[in-house]
Amino acid sequence: MSQNTMQVMHARDMQKTSGRQKISKALSLAGVYLFLLIMAAIVLFPFYWMIISSLKSLAEYRLSPPTFWPTQVLISNYADAFTTASLGVLFKNTMIVGVVSTLLSLVITIFTAFAFARLEFKGKELLFAALLATMMIPGELFTITNFATVTNLGWRNTYTVLIVPFLVSVFYIYLLRQNFLQIPNELYLAAKVDGTSDMKYLWKVMVPLALPTLISITILKMMGAWNSYIWPRLVANDEAHRLITNGLRNAFTDTTGDVNYPVQMAAVALVSAPLFLVFVFLRKYIMSGVSRSGIKG
Amino acid sequence: MVESKQQWKAWLYLAPAIVLLLVFTVWPIINTVAMAFMEDYSGLANIGGEASFRFGIGNFTKVAQNAEFQQALTNTILLCLITVPVSTVLALLIAVALNAIKPLQKALQTIFFLPYVTNSIAIGMVFAAMFNVIGSVGTRRPLISSYGIVNDIIRFFGGNWVNWINSGSDYWANMFVLIVYIVWNALPFKILILLGGLTSINKQYYEAAKVDSTPRWRVLTKITVPLLSPMLAYVVITGFIGGFKEYTSIVGIFGESMGPVHDAHRLNTMVGLIYDSLASNNQGRASAAALILFGIILVVTLINLWVSKKRVHY
Repeated sequence: MSQNTMQVMHARDMQKTSGRQKISKALSLAGVYLFLLIMAAIVLFPFYWMIISSLKSLAEYRLSPPTFWPTQVLISNYADAFTTASLGVLFKNTMIVGVVSTLLSLVITIFTAFAFARLEFKGKELLFAALLATMMIPGELFTITNFATVTNLGWRNTYTVLIVPFLVSVFYIYLLRQNFLQIPNELYLAAKVDGTSDMKYLWKVMVPLALPTLISITILKMMGAWNSYIWPRLVANDEAHRLITNGLRNAFTDTTGDVNYPVQMAAVALVSAPLFLVFVFLRKYIMSGVSRSGIKG
Repeated sequence: MVESKQQWKAWLYLAPAIVLLLVFTVWPIINTVAMAFMEDYSGLANIGGEASFRFGIGNFTKVAQNAEFQQALTNTILLCLITVPVSTVLALLIAVALNAIKPLQKALQTIFFLPYVTNSIAIGMVFAAMFNVIGSVGTRRPLISSYGIVNDIIRFFGGNWVNWINSGSDYWANMFVLIVYIVWNALPFKILILLGGLTSINKQYYEAAKVDSTPRWRVLTKITVPLLSPMLAYVVITGFIGGFKEYTSIVGIFGESMGPVHDAHRLNTMVGLIYDSLASNNQGRASAAALILFGIILVVTLINLWVSKKRVHY
């Protein structure tokens, strides 16, 4: 009874104020869109500036006030950038390091995650906890000793030095183990009864089921190779093994002053392009991987 | 019998990871801590000669008294204290706004995530180009041919141009550019996490607020923020950890010189300093600086956890 009265009163209230509410609601929604569009414009602006600058002639770039679309589109900047920074070699090196380290890393991660998820052995919990604890330590602490280790091993200026020290990622092991644990144990036991070997079960059942996680790991690992800067600069900064980010920074050492910015921006655009392509096609995997990881690359 | 076979097999699966971890993770922890306490020691065998060193806290005192270290520590802390709150608040506002709309939501979400999939050195170079002034800046009577797009915008609105990053620029002008770039870079991850948290908040809370016609601002501060506090704590903690390791954004904008032409290394950070020590073959000092960095990150994380324990509603 009382509930009914309430509802009637409420309806009457709504009618009275609905006109005003509609306007204020529309206004605030417009405000929300305005805010988002302005922020989106700010976020996008550097990309826009990179692209139009890379297409301008140097004389046009120096104009103040600037032009917001090149009066004369110069594609040749891209050819110049490609040769100035010898991007061909850099792309090749980065692809070799990226692909090899991703493949090896995936195999190691799959084996380790499988052992932690399905096999029984003494000290399993303790070992896993110890692994997780190492994630808290900043990478710089490892780098100092690893620098000495790889130098003493004679690995400086090889592909090995860019690949081997980072093959094991505790985080990827953790991610994949969690995924493996979600696969029902009954499947494993049924396979055991059928006499399927562990190895066969792992590759035929578990790996296909965990494919989304494996794709996320692959993308993050490739992006890591593409963006790595500090370690390659320390241990493999020779012409033959230099990676893309170092190459870019090395080719254009000056950031301020009267630099040939159009060519520099063309090089930056060329280096950024593969990342964008990956993002366009595999956005889902990147975003889900990132939201679980909280780390860049 | 079966059990021991199982044990043996498990270790076989683990072997590659264990070997690599022992060499590149466990040994570095032990060795770096040891080196930090060895004075005048270099970890490189090929340096020649019998290494003579003694144990002590000399590396720590030398690092702490080093003017460059103090500058780097100040830079790092300032960047952290400014960029983490600014980017968190902005990300929260953007996430809340994104959560309130239907059309264009997916498209805008994608745009806001774009800065994440970039190379921080490469895009740093774009930011440098946007803030760079071409001409004889820093001289008594500057002759300018191009003010750069940011200054052009400022001048369009009637303001005075600023020497952001060129020779003779002001420390805080440099810092401003770094802050803008770091915040721009930090937004995508924070928006992603916060938006994920927002979509999982029970809609009933908002419906109740609507019935009471609670003002938008109160809904944000009294409902959204408390319910989102676990995610907020998460992005703040990871923000601080990342912030204390800031390095490549500065290399992107200023290059290896880590500062404007007239005052190189002025904007160096903790991580930059560790690598400088390493490059100049001073492993002991690099180790000490790395341990100090680890200590700071640990303390800041513990403080964050302690604060969030009191404040976060789970």
